Formats: sequence, structure tokens, C-alpha cells
Amino acid sequence: MAKNTITTTDTPQTQDPTEVLHTLSVYVNNTAGVLMRICQVFARRGFNIDSLVVSQGRDARFSRMTIGIVGNPTGFVQIIKQVTKLIDVIHCFEHSAENSVVKEMLLVKFLAETATQRTDALQIVEHFGGKTVDLTPASMVAMITGDTPKVDAAISMLGQFDIIETVRTGKVVMARGEQPT
Amino acid sequence: MAKQEFDGAQALIKTLDDLGIEYIFGYSGGAAIPIFDALETVKTKMKFILVRHEQGAVHMADGYARATGKPAVVLVTSGPGAGNTVTGLMTAQMDSVPMIVLCGQQVTWMLGKDAFQEADIFGITMPVVKHNFLVKVTNDIPKVAREAYHIATTGRPGPVLIDLPKDITQGPFSGNLDPEIDLPGYHPEQAFNIDPLAIDEAIQLIMQSRRPVILAGQGCMIARAGEELLHLAETLHCPVTSTLLGKGIFPETHDLSLGMLGMHGTAYANKAIVEADLILNVGSRFDDRIIGQADKFGASARIIHIDIDPAEMNKMIVPDVQIIGDAKASLKELNKRISRLESDEWLTHLGTYKKKYPLAYRKQGGLRMQQVIDELYNLTNGEAIVSTDVGQHQMWAAQFYRTNAPYKWLSSGGAGTMGFGFPAAIGAQFACPDSLVISISGDGGFQMTLFELATAALHKLPIKIVVLNNHYLGMVRQWQELFFENRESGVDLEGNPDFCKLAGAYGIESFNIKRPADVTRILEKALAYNDGPCLIHAECVKTDNVFPMIPAGAALEDMLTEPPKHKMAKPTGST
Repeated sequence: MAKNTITTTDTPQTQDPTEVLHTLSVYVNNTAGVLMRICQVFARRGFNIDSLVVSQGRDARFSRMTIGIVGNPTGFVQIIKQVTKLIDVIHCFEHSAENSVVKEMLLVKFLAETATQRTDALQIVEHFGGKTVDLTPASMVAMITGDTPKVDAAISMLGQFDIIETVRTGKVVMARGEQPT
Repeated sequence: MAKQEFDGAQALIKTLDDLGIEYIFGYSGGAAIPIFDALETVKTKMKFILVRHEQGAVHMADGYARATGKPAVVLVTSGPGAGNTVTGLMTAQMDSVPMIVLCGQQVTWMLGKDAFQEADIFGITMPVVKHNFLVKVTNDIPKVAREAYHIATTGRPGPVLIDLPKDITQGPFSGNLDPEIDLPGYHPEQAFNIDPLAIDEAIQLIMQSRRPVILAGQGCMIARAGEELLHLAETLHCPVTSTLLGKGIFPETHDLSLGMLGMHGTAYANKAIVEADLILNVGSRFDDRIIGQADKFGASARIIHIDIDPAEMNKMIVPDVQIIGDAKASLKELNKRISRLESDEWLTHLGTYKKKYPLAYRKQGGLRMQQVIDELYNLTNGEAIVSTDVGQHQMWAAQFYRTNAPYKWLSSGGAGTMGFGFPAAIGAQFACPDSLVISISGDGGFQMTLFELATAALHKLPIKIVVLNNHYLGMVRQWQELFFENRESGVDLEGNPDFCKLAGAYGIESFNIKRPADVTRILEKALAYNDGPCLIHAECVKTDNVFPMIPAGAALEDMLTEPPKHKMAKPTGST
């Protein structure tokens, strides 16, 4: 693959200090339209969704959403109440880094065309506890899981290769201890 | 299992009848034919009213609900029919009015394919309803209808829409007609568990207050808490002001009443809020029309906020005490522990404001809308159900038609929907056939939904349809005069019809008022008329302004009680 087709937008940006990253866990009825209802609450109040993971709950009648949002904490408490108010929402909790486990998964595809490159790449991937899930004579796809700083660090280290693309799942969160998520 | 052989539409109509629905306001169309057919084939106690435009149907259901507290059903077809309900849904949602809107829809396998009269009304209406459903299984219909009714009428009420594809309504029904509802994320019963700690804190603040004000809103109305409110105010000796939608939950002729608060509220209500040491808000959401500049609202007061909706807490105003729950249940708790406050000095003080800043208008220099409304009030002993449209006449009606009983003041508050008043009056007259219903509109708003003259005439509804005509969109013109150097833009309603002839075309009697001296005599004649609706047209002064006025976004203390003598800056708040 030619170098000029390589795109990555994962350049870190400086953030507005009043804007805080919030992680919400929303437990909802597993019905059509529920995601739209929730997104409308955020969009109407001008919050942009940073990351979003939706999957069916253990009980198939429900779905679990983990939503990452950057925004001002004052307005945010109100948003949680407005989301909770939706008929299809069972509960909506905000989780802090201290009281919860937050993980995401990264798939990263990069060029590794020589034996040396492949060895170096494998070492980095192994360091981050990841593994290779696709290997061709020219490229590799690595899978790495962890919290956001770890995934960021992995991307940074793999930046010595030509990264073709990255796909991140977005965060999933689970409350620590016996607390419900 | 159903004993009879029903299709989905028949199961729907049967369920609505079982739920006690009395009226269906609607307009037919292709995708809704199976539902209309079921109205003929299923024997029910429900009455169907064919309107002339879907927006009329929604406002009728709204007026019906505001006058009774019960929901009515709106039945329309897909696409444009459904689309025409959006304004009415928004109006009901903003003012927490229950209703159920049924929309016919294209067959399920054509959804999303731009089929004839297909619109994603489920998606379109999501932000303007309390909840909505798109039914995909015929046997789900009774359950969805029951859930819709439950959601619309409990907690903080609101409109619920059900989208019904044609194959679903005409498909064979083999389900349960009386299923259990299943809403695991909805717990309106919690509104009746009032936090005793919040009550303790509230009682402490109340009992140490010397300058208290009660602010009564729509939540008080919905909870039917008039009796408890009266007991609270009279026991405490506490003055009461209300929002536009709270008009009538506390008798406005009561000595303790301060009338309406806010942008065009009474001077004494606004001054009371500015000077109060305690604001006890019972079921108002601190709308921007009443708080003005939020950070200055009640600056010298402790604030107690009673609201059934937790999402209203801290939204506009951060209260000192939050009581989350039903207004009636909350007041009952408070009432157990209150006694008379030392408020005599405060009441005397407010009394001087009442004398100094009375609501007044001039009877010289042409016919004023205020005079027509004031005379209507006098001639009807303030006992009519009054439905208004939106604009200057609405504010004057709020000021001069004092409301002494709840559910008799129907007005679009949050949404400010022009065209609301007349169809809402029709809904109210269906709901209360023996009550005097007066529809008060301006010439602008009336023309937005005047097509329902046919509905009023057909059913011989004895509504008094008052059209206060100043040939202007007066409220906007007032703003342009005060804040935009009198540059009139898009407000001159040149080309208005002859409203009396228009009434005649529908076979409706009309009365025309041209001079201040004629008001009483003509209104008396019109009120005595009892053969169906009549239209009362009043040719009014073109360029009158509503005062008091708090410019949008300004603090309550910056209220104008008379026309400003200097040039005004453009308001910081919206509209």
C-alpha cells in the first residue's frame, strides 16, 4: 500500500479544562428506536457523543450502553436525569475511573514488510498484552485491550510503523465490587 | 384469546373503549381505513368527531384534556396526516397534557422505501412526545394501547403516539385483549413517596419566613391540588401567584391572590417575587417567561421547588429544598405541619403595590381588547371556560379574565402555539357540554385554524368565538415598536377577511363590535344566543401594547409598568 493513502486522525488535542470526560452506563429496553431517543437528549443539549458501545444484556429484553461524553459537569447531571426520564431507560449511572473498570479494544493495521519489522512489531504487541489477528507478507493487524491510556500508548509505539488504520471499540465500563453497572 | 374474530384495528378500538376513552378526534386517509372501519364494526361508547385538519384534531384533544384531566384520542392517517399532528403534539408535550395519537402507516414491508404517504412519524415525533410506539405485531396492539394510556396519564402527563402499519391493523388478532402492561423503566408510583427529610427542611424554611410567596403551576393543576393549595395559603396567610397554566388553581379573586407572574404578569406578583424571603414553587418548571434573568430570580429568597419530574430540579433555578413528587401528595405532607406565619406586614406591603399598580386600560381613544375581555368577565361572572390563542389578546385575557376555578383556563404556554385556542375550545365544549365556553383569539391565530368553524357548526357547539381584530400580529409589532425602532416587518395582516361574513358562510351567527360603547350591549346579545356557535368580532385599536412587561431575559425588577420613555436595548432573552 502506498504511503499517501495512510490516514490516521489519532492526533492528541489539548482539551478545554472545563470539559470533563464522563462515562455513562445506560440500561435500556432492547427495542427499536431506543438509541435514537438517547442520542436526541444529548444532541438537543449540545453534547457530542465521544464513544458508544451497545450490546444485548444477559436478559435479551434489555441492552447495555456505555456512552463516553466530554462536557461540562454542571449540565451533565441534568442530562442524566433527562435520559433516566425516558420510558425505555431502566437506569442511567455515571461511573468514575475510581469506582469502575473501563476497558476498550483496539484493532490496528500497519505495514510490516521485513522480518525485522515483524519482530519489532510482535515485541511491542506482546508488551501490551495483545496479539496478532491477521498477518500478511506486507501487513499485520494487532488486537490490544486495556484502558484508554494503555491503548493510546500502544498506538503511539506502533506509530514507528506505517499505520494504515485503527478501529477502537469505545469504552465499556463495569462498576467495581458488588455495585450494579 | 379473543372470543370474537377481531382484526388488529378492531382489537385497538375495543381496547380504547375499555380504557374509557370518550372522544376520538380525527381525519381519515388510506393507511388508516382499517381503523376507521373498526369504528363502524365494533360497538363502543366512543364518539368520533371528523375535523377539517389534523392540527385541529390534536388541539381539540388537548382542550378536552385540559378541561377534564382525561385523555382523548386523535386518529389520523400516515404521511401528511401524521405530520400535521406535530405542532399539536409539541403543544401538549410542552404543557404536560395527556393524549393518545394514532397514526395509520404504510404496510411494514414498505417502511423506509418512500412508499406513498409514508413518513417516519415514529422518528419525526420522538422529541415532541412523552413516548411513542411503532407496532410491528398485531397481537401487541392491546398491550401497546394500554401502555400508551398509562404513560400519557400518569406521572408528568404527556402525549403518546402509536404508529400503526396497515398490515398490522388489518391482520387477524389472536391475542389477549386485556394484557398486563410491561414498562420496567417507568415508575410513576414513586411520585407518591415524598421524602420526609425534604418535607422537614421545607417546613423549617417556611416557618421562619416573613415574606413568603407561593408560586402555583401546571403541576398543581394536574395533581388536582387546589384544595390543599387553598388550605396551605390560608393557614400560612401566604400570598399566591400563578403561572399562565396555573391560572385558576387558586381563585384569582381571593385576597391572597397576586394573579399571574412573569413577562406580562401583574406588577405586584413580580414585585412580590423580587422582595420575597421565601418562594414556594408548587408544580411550576420555572419557565423562562416567569424567571426572566435566571441568576437574579428570587435573589433575596430561599426557594423550595416541588415537582414530579426530577429532571426539572436545578434545570433553570437551583432551589434550597427539592421535593420530588406529586404536588397534591407533597402539599398534604406540608399541610400537616404548618401554622400561621407573621406575614401581616408583608401582605399589607403587597396591598400597597396592588393599589399602586392595578391592571388597567383606557376606555377612550378606540376599542381596546382589554375592554372586551373585561366585559366578558363581568357578564359571565368569571365562570366560563376560556380558551385563548397566543399573543397580546392572550396576555390581556390572562390579566382581565380572572380565573376562579381550575380547568377553566386553556392556553398554550410552553409552545405558544398560534391556532390553538379555537380548536381547543371545541374540545372543551365536547368535554363540558353544559358549560359556557369562550374562545378568545386574535385575527392572526384565528386564521390558522378557522377551518374548524365547520366542526363547531356541524355539532351546534354553543361556543362564543371571540375574534379580537387589530389587523396585526400585535405582540411582534409591540416588540418591533419597543426594541426595533418601530420598524414593522411581517406583522401587517392586510387582507383579513370579513370575519362576520366568514361565519355566515359556515351558517354561524355573528356579532360585530365597533365602538367601546357597544361592548356590553352586543356581548349580552351574543351570550344570550343559544342556537349553536356564534362569532363575536371586535374591531380593535391597532397599536396597543401589553403592560406590565419584562423584556425577555431581563430581571423581574426591570419590569416596565408603562411605555418606556427612552429607547430600549434589544432583549437578551429569546422571544
